[in-house]
Amino acid sequence: MKSGSVLEQVLSRGDFAVTAEMGPPKHASAKVIKQQAKLLKGWVDAVNITDNQTAIARLSSIAAGVHLYNAGVEPVIQMTCRDRNRIAMQSDLLGAYSLGMRNVLCLSGDHQKFGNHPQAKNVYDIDSVQLVNMVKTMRDEKKFQCGEEIKQQEPRYFIGAVANPFADPFEFRVLRLEKKINAGADFIQTQSIFDMERFERFMELVRYRGLDKRVHILAGVTPLKSARMAKIMQQRVAGMIVPDAIIQRMEQAKDQKAEGIAICIEQINRLKTVAGVAGVHIMAINWEEVVPEIVSKAKLK
Amino acid sequence: MIVAKPKPVEEVARLIDSCDNILIVACGGCATICLAGGEKEGEILATALCSWREKQGRTINATVTTITRQCELEFVTDIAHQVKQVEAIVSLGCGVGVQFLAEHYRDKLVYPALNTIFAGGSVQPGRWEERCGLCGECMLHLTAGICPVTRCAKNIQNGPCGGSQNGKCEINPQLPCAWHLIYEKLASLGRLDIMMAYRPPKDWSKGKSGGPRSVKREDATQR
Ligand code: SF4
Ligand code: SF4
Repeated sequence: MKSGSVLEQVLSRGDFAVTAEMGPPKHASAKVIKQQAKLLKGWVDAVNITDNQTAIARLSSIAAGVHLYNAGVEPVIQMTCRDRNRIAMQSDLLGAYSLGMRNVLCLSGDHQKFGNHPQAKNVYDIDSVQLVNMVKTMRDEKKFQCGEEIKQQEPRYFIGAVANPFADPFEFRVLRLEKKINAGADFIQTQSIFDMERFERFMELVRYRGLDKRVHILAGVTPLKSARMAKIMQQRVAGMIVPDAIIQRMEQAKDQKAEGIAICIEQINRLKTVAGVAGVHIMAINWEEVVPEIVSKAKLK
Repeated sequence: MIVAKPKPVEEVARLIDSCDNILIVACGGCATICLAGGEKEGEILATALCSWREKQGRTINATVTTITRQCELEFVTDIAHQVKQVEAIVSLGCGVGVQFLAEHYRDKLVYPALNTIFAGGSVQPGRWEERCGLCGECMLHLTAGICPVTRCAKNIQNGPCGGSQNGKCEINPQLPCAWHLIYEKLASLGRLDIMMAYRPPKDWSKGKSGGPRSVKREDATQR
């Protein structure tokens, strides 16, 4: 075991893992986090907490992680490269570990242009591949990024990274995944999958290069709440592909929420059959209460 | 070259509202080439400031002079006699020009009439693009001659990020994704191996994170 985290244990056993995602509130009360912890407890193996998602200032991912942890839910703290330099990141990695955090997901982060402080100065001191490598160096070599030794307890994280099979250039997406694995990623969570054919082509290339043997890949899904939401995702979310067929299906449904849940369950059932997929990551942002229903109907727990 | 853009006339007029006798200093270097602060733009600014004042029922004495390059002391000193006769200087040079004038003429305030934007070049008549972020440690040999420091919105070293779609950057559908361009060029050269190699964190201390920089050439200090 590298970190001993619950998620690492589940994946190492070869069990099909289920993770969910939660966006912390835009205020200083932890009430809603605790409510969601109660809701998700027992249904998922771990819960990701976004890090100022879409560049909107929110309660910190690490603080939210501690609330989940205290409520008995395994957190995956997300860490983006947008807002912190290597000094602040390493400091937060040490601090979060001391508070019980064991999983970290490393990502570039959405550009601040999309958020509520577009005038902000971004950081991007290091990129997501370099962040993965920094967390690994701290864990496996007991060294800070600068090379200095960590003299006492080193932070031992289970290291996550993201892959987006729907971004371009398509062929390079698998190679970039390989770069992240080489840099030290232990598990991967993908962007929300709607274009199943493209994802399956991606996984074919992944298996061809033997990458599924080197990393645990969790396939991302997002239940659609409405046809309107599906359209917004199709048109405005960077790096996302929502096929027209899905939008039509949502539009024609009498009960759009129920249809969104049904589509999500179908997707999970199909993903279970894709070789190399080690689990699913359910991103029901602002709709977390639907996760238990999806998990139980998809017979994941 | 340095690319700059004129500030709106009203803004310049407000900056110098308390001065009635100014010297507008145009620059014959980059500012002329990017059509922002050459002799012609100097004359246009002078006329515009005069008519702005007229509308307010006031007058202003605006003289225009052009120096070869505001970023070189030997040219800056040339206009000492003209500077003596005015209350303030309005510079049509880049930020470097403004500072050189301000450093040399210590008893005068120097007002910037341009916004200095980037180091770049003209890609077609009337259009300039940023190309170099002056990072102090050029890595263009690793990126097919395309600068990720300036042309990638997240200055990523191991790109492209997950927001790159159809060759465009996530922040603007008009903007090419720098890493997509790098990929295409390296793929066409059969050199994707360069892109597969992990790039370690960049040493930003060679750039502006390291504080104000200077360059010294021993062989040139004797002049
Ligand atoms: S790598 Fe650095 S020096 Fe080279 S073009 Fe880019 S910013 Fe300029
Ligand atoms: S889309 Fe391309 S240029 Fe834009 S931030 Fe991502 S890697 Fe950089």
